[in-house]
Amino acid sequence: MNDRQTTAVITVLIALCAAGCGSDEPDSITAVSWGGSYGRAVQEGVNVPFTESTGIRVDVEDYNGGLAQIRAQVDIGDIHWDVVDLEISDAVRGCDEGLLERIDVNALEPGPDGTPAAEDFLTGSQVGCGVSTLFWSTVYAYNENNIPGARPTTMADFFDLNAFPGRRGMRRVPQVNLEFALIADGVPLDQVYAQLDTPEGLDRAFAKLETIKDEVIWWEAGAQPPQMLADGEVIMTTAYNGRIFNAQVLEDQPFVIVWDGQLLDVGQIAIVAGTPRLEEAMRYVTFASMAESMARIGRRISYSPVRKSGMPLVTTHVTAGVDMEPHMPASPANAARALRYDWSWWVDHQDAMNERFSAWLAR
Amino acid sequence: MAGSVRWSAGPLDRAQIRALGLVAPLLLFIGVTFIAPLGTMLMRSVHDPVVADALPETLAQLKSWDGEGLPPEAAYAALARELRRAAAARTLGQMAGRVNRVQVGLRSVVTRTARELREVEQGPWRTQMAAVDSAWADPATWYAIQVTGERFTARHYLNAVDLQQLADGSVAAQAEERRIYVRLFLRTLAVSGLITLLCLLLGYPVAHLIANSSPRRASLLLILVLVPFWTSLLVRTTAWIVLLQSQGVLNDLMVSLGLINDSGRLAMVYNMTGTIVAMTHVLLPFMVLPLYSVMRGIPATHMNAAASLGATPLRAFWRVYWPQSLPGVGAGALLVFILAIGYYITPALVGGSSGQLISNMIAYHMQTSLNWGLAAALGGVLLAGVLILYWLYDRLVGVERMGLG
Amino acid sequence: MIMRIAQSGLGRIGYLAFCTIVFVFLVAPIIVIIPLSFNAEPYFTFTEGMLRLDPDAWSLRWYREIIANEVWMRSLINSLFIGASATLLATVLGTLAALGLANSTIPARRLIMGIIISPMVTPVIIAAAGMFFFYSALGMGQTHLGLILAHSVLGVPFVVVTVTATLSAYDVNLTNAAASLGAGPWTTFRRVQFPLIAPGIISGALFAFAVSFDEVVVVLFMGGVDQRTIPRQMWSGIREQISPAILAVATFLIVFAVLLLLTVGWLRRRSES
Repeated sequence: MNDRQTTAVITVLIALCAAGCGSDEPDSITAVSWGGSYGRAVQEGVNVPFTESTGIRVDVEDYNGGLAQIRAQVDIGDIHWDVVDLEISDAVRGCDEGLLERIDVNALEPGPDGTPAAEDFLTGSQVGCGVSTLFWSTVYAYNENNIPGARPTTMADFFDLNAFPGRRGMRRVPQVNLEFALIADGVPLDQVYAQLDTPEGLDRAFAKLETIKDEVIWWEAGAQPPQMLADGEVIMTTAYNGRIFNAQVLEDQPFVIVWDGQLLDVGQIAIVAGTPRLEEAMRYVTFASMAESMARIGRRISYSPVRKSGMPLVTTHVTAGVDMEPHMPASPANAARALRYDWSWWVDHQDAMNERFSAWLAR
Repeated sequence: MAGSVRWSAGPLDRAQIRALGLVAPLLLFIGVTFIAPLGTMLMRSVHDPVVADALPETLAQLKSWDGEGLPPEAAYAALARELRRAAAARTLGQMAGRVNRVQVGLRSVVTRTARELREVEQGPWRTQMAAVDSAWADPATWYAIQVTGERFTARHYLNAVDLQQLADGSVAAQAEERRIYVRLFLRTLAVSGLITLLCLLLGYPVAHLIANSSPRRASLLLILVLVPFWTSLLVRTTAWIVLLQSQGVLNDLMVSLGLINDSGRLAMVYNMTGTIVAMTHVLLPFMVLPLYSVMRGIPATHMNAAASLGATPLRAFWRVYWPQSLPGVGAGALLVFILAIGYYITPALVGGSSGQLISNMIAYHMQTSLNWGLAAALGGVLLAGVLILYWLYDRLVGVERMGLG
Repeated sequence: MIMRIAQSGLGRIGYLAFCTIVFVFLVAPIIVIIPLSFNAEPYFTFTEGMLRLDPDAWSLRWYREIIANEVWMRSLINSLFIGASATLLATVLGTLAALGLANSTIPARRLIMGIIISPMVTPVIIAAAGMFFFYSALGMGQTHLGLILAHSVLGVPFVVVTVTATLSAYDVNLTNAAASLGAGPWTTFRRVQFPLIAPGIISGALFAFAVSFDEVVVVLFMGGVDQRTIPRQMWSGIREQISPAILAVATFLIVFAVLLLLTVGWLRRRSES
């Protein structure tokens, strides 16, 4: 390599660096969310308008729940995530552990009608450090094309290998699955957590899961279940309701959600403690927790706003035009047989259950 | 170089120094970017100062505790003080996470206690803390704090081989449901052995065919081996998912040929079958290439001589050819085995829950459970195994001949 | 033996058939991906239309999708930048070391070689875990520099092995001749030695590039949003949603691999002749 070639190589490297290295500009934050069609809804409904109104760029990273990545960053003292979209039990645990910044609800924007934020959020939704944004459900769903005869209608059907032989998809975490197992085993909805509180109830849940263990494909990302249903890799799967909805209306998939014994939960956004971009992160949270932002998401995927003033703003799907209300997890018809996710139980038991669940899986 | 023309004692030293000077930058580089990181990781398997730093007074109080019954009120008072301090300094989560590993469930006990005690100014601490959670009236909780308070510990290594240290200092087997690592190590060894064997069975005839073909045909056939070798691992893994999944190409083919019916599609991926098939495919070139380079050097005349002496082909092969190809078999088998026991990507993508190997467990403890000490200890055990095999390889084959296309 | 087996006919046919099956096993999975990447439907199997060669069943849809996708394009730039930088570093350091190791009297040769090759056999998961702790502590977690250093050290054994192999075929007398004609060591290296071992160096560099270009474990542990590479994107694609867009990327990578392979083969023949 002669000198001129060397110079050329170095020039190319510098040019590539200019294109690739530009990290950590002050005017950008990393917002972590759940990817797939929900990620797209957040991108269109929140991130893009946020950048338009503030000039702050939003880098998106996907994750699949849990606190591990946040703990790792805080523990090692090298923080790259600024805002995270969390399950509520994780948000409360992260708050207790000092992983998240405390956000004062009074600092948030009032509703469009001027209602102060503290009154605009549904009662009981503001816990821990984060800000609640959307209702979502973990349901189970099937593909009409793959179940020719009688259709499943209850949670018990999901666990019934005789009536519905074939592989099932389930999320690779203990939460929700344990509740589903007990519901399928005949435990009334209002006694599920009381049962889980006893060693016998836990054994019962694991025993029920054991009955289908060999037929389960475990998924981690929310985008996987609709994919597995479309491919016929499983005949039914648990899934986040919005993902199934989007496959139904945007991809014309013949998927059916079974609204029976599903878990109704609230999602939160929170700020990672110690982020060097605290001010930008706070502006993002303020923006994302406005009723209009929640409604923009709600018009793209079937998760409904936690702010009272946000609900009327969700009308029809922004491109497909379908009425959103019949697809929302909190709508009275769908929520009739729903179990409200008891985050406080999971705050206390998540670690023990993770341990037991992963040992159970490894066996 | 001028000095090295004459091979006398003095200038030779200069040449050696020059040679070392050329190697030194790389050794330094590897030392800093590779050996040092491995060192820090191994350090984590025996050293963890988080709890010791967060609870110095509590641990000092526990020094005089006999382990029987509950510790004195002073220990409770010190802990209450230090929990509050840790919560303010945001180190509570890390500390609670460590304790939780010895006694599952303590993370939430510790964080909840810190939360409840935020407003409390006065003792008696023991009764107040026991009121928050009965775990504080259990000596096992204090034992967990004491154990994690040790800056240096062999705990993680014991854990990695399914042992635990009891409160009285004796070592015993883990509880039945927590005994998973030895089994996983054995499974990893068995699967790696099986894959090595499969690679040998598939690779030996192929290498033989290439070695005994005309140069033109040999280079053509070699390309068929080298294409997968050079193709991205992720591409090959994707390919196997596409082929093996239940609505995949192979199942479709078998259904359309009438070999199986539509409802009887075979589950060939997201389980151990997927791991074994895909890994055999990925590692096969590492077997074929060293075999080929040894077989190329075996003169065909030997076999012909044996044949002309009246040996049956099988006997001639077994007595003449096989012994001469053994160096290639050894090199290929060791290389495949070494690579297989540390494999991560392929089992993670096609292994489902039953096709996971020890590397996947290390990744799990690195990324999900954040039990970094245990991850490091499992890594340490695996690394020791690999180093022994690597040393063996060097003895038998020589690392310079690490075969690559 | 070939002759004897040939005489025994059946054995020969069985042997060739077995070898053919193994070759199919090696190559077919890779080839199957290519036509599927032109699927007009979002599936991974051949649709009826594709089998009938119906032109409507085939499309460039997934190629258009990845080209229009900013994330894929950014990861391509990242892969190229990290790969090129790591290759440069690995090639320079590796070639120097190989030149040093060409001296057969170098002390502790075996140990040195053992250390240099070790990144190649150490399970990547262990290396990646160690690097995560070490580089984060130095403030190099989630930076391009950290990944470049990591990928260089993973690629360097390939450079050393390849260049050493070329050097072992190199005739020392040439150096001596040049020296006796009054050329200094640098001139000798540049004018005599380098041109002869250049094919080996370039092969080594291509190996190092391929290692970086295909590496995903270290990127998973150490890379952030700004360091997403092609394999990292593929990883999340495979884990989370295999769309035929991935098969389009895979096809591109297959073509790339074949080009690399042919180049290395060509270089080897050149250095051997």
